[in-house]
Amino acid sequence: MLKICIVFDRLRTEEKMLQKEATDMGCESVLLDAKTTLLNTDTKREDHDLGDIAIERCVSYFRGLHFTANLEFLDVPVLNRFEVANICGNKMFMTLLLKKNNIPTPKTHFSFSSQGAAETFNDVGYPLVIKPVIGSWGRGIIPIRDRDTMDAVFEIRDLTDGPHDRIFYLQELVKRPPRDIRVITVNDRPIAAMYRRSSGGFKTNLALGADPEICEITKEIEDLSIKASKAIGGGILGIDMMEDEERGLVVHEVNNTVEFKGLARVARQNIPKEMVRYALDYARK
Amino acid sequence: MNCLECDAILNIPEDASVGEIISCPDCGADFEIAKKNGSDVELKQAETVGEDWGE
Repeated sequence: MLKICIVFDRLRTEEKMLQKEATDMGCESVLLDAKTTLLNTDTKREDHDLGDIAIERCVSYFRGLHFTANLEFLDVPVLNRFEVANICGNKMFMTLLLKKNNIPTPKTHFSFSSQGAAETFNDVGYPLVIKPVIGSWGRGIIPIRDRDTMDAVFEIRDLTDGPHDRIFYLQELVKRPPRDIRVITVNDRPIAAMYRRSSGGFKTNLALGADPEICEITKEIEDLSIKASKAIGGGILGIDMMEDEERGLVVHEVNNTVEFKGLARVARQNIPKEMVRYALDYARK
Repeated sequence: MNCLECDAILNIPEDASVGEIISCPDCGADFEIAKKNGSDVELKQAETVGEDWGE
């Protein structure tokens, strides 16, 4: 019997749902806390209860990424693969890969100093949306609509001067209804989708209070999510799209350790079951 | 069990698991279940939200 290892650092509803589905499918499972797991260069796979396949679910991106590297070193198959997690965790890498694969994505400008970013505004004009290349839940995403806002944002970045503060990711403000679409894909197959409506502000992240609403997976959504999943490297993904008034759907983000408890409440498909089923198939290959 | 910060009574569900977060209803402090053996529960301060947290 195959065993699934669910790697976590903060046990949330999603991880418990995955474990329940694994149990219901007659499969063994183990929850592994990355924070208390010790590994070294001589660690052997059998030193820990790592199962036949690991689903990496850490809420901390860097913790999950580095833990995945260790699991792959131990030849444990992991969802998602290190390469996929690495790309999804960095908005710039992800955007470049989407564009390279001809996935419609918002036009995005990159610069590597506040001076360079200011020149971008001089060339392109306002508004542009600044996004930290690392980070989730809409944190640090600010629509910059005028010179004063730009100066304030850049001044803060120059003062904090973290490694990623020197990387400027400036995206066009897409003309769209006050919502976006989140599609969950499993093995390049869209299994559920929802609209995330803004709760009054600019952002549509559920973590900020946006309302989830089931979204029918149209042929356009299906085709685009399959293409985006394949471009990123497959696995279990959360693909975010916006409905641009002129171009139609554009993919602006692909998420690695997708949160799904809100969507699972209203989706027709059993999301955690699909994930567990895929993990078992993946382990058998 | 009482809150390590403000001593309020914490309600820890019987089916709670190691790694889950318990929030104090009075002061809002978050604690992680570090060990659990039946009704014996050991809590530790939960990690604060990191810059790299999320999906």
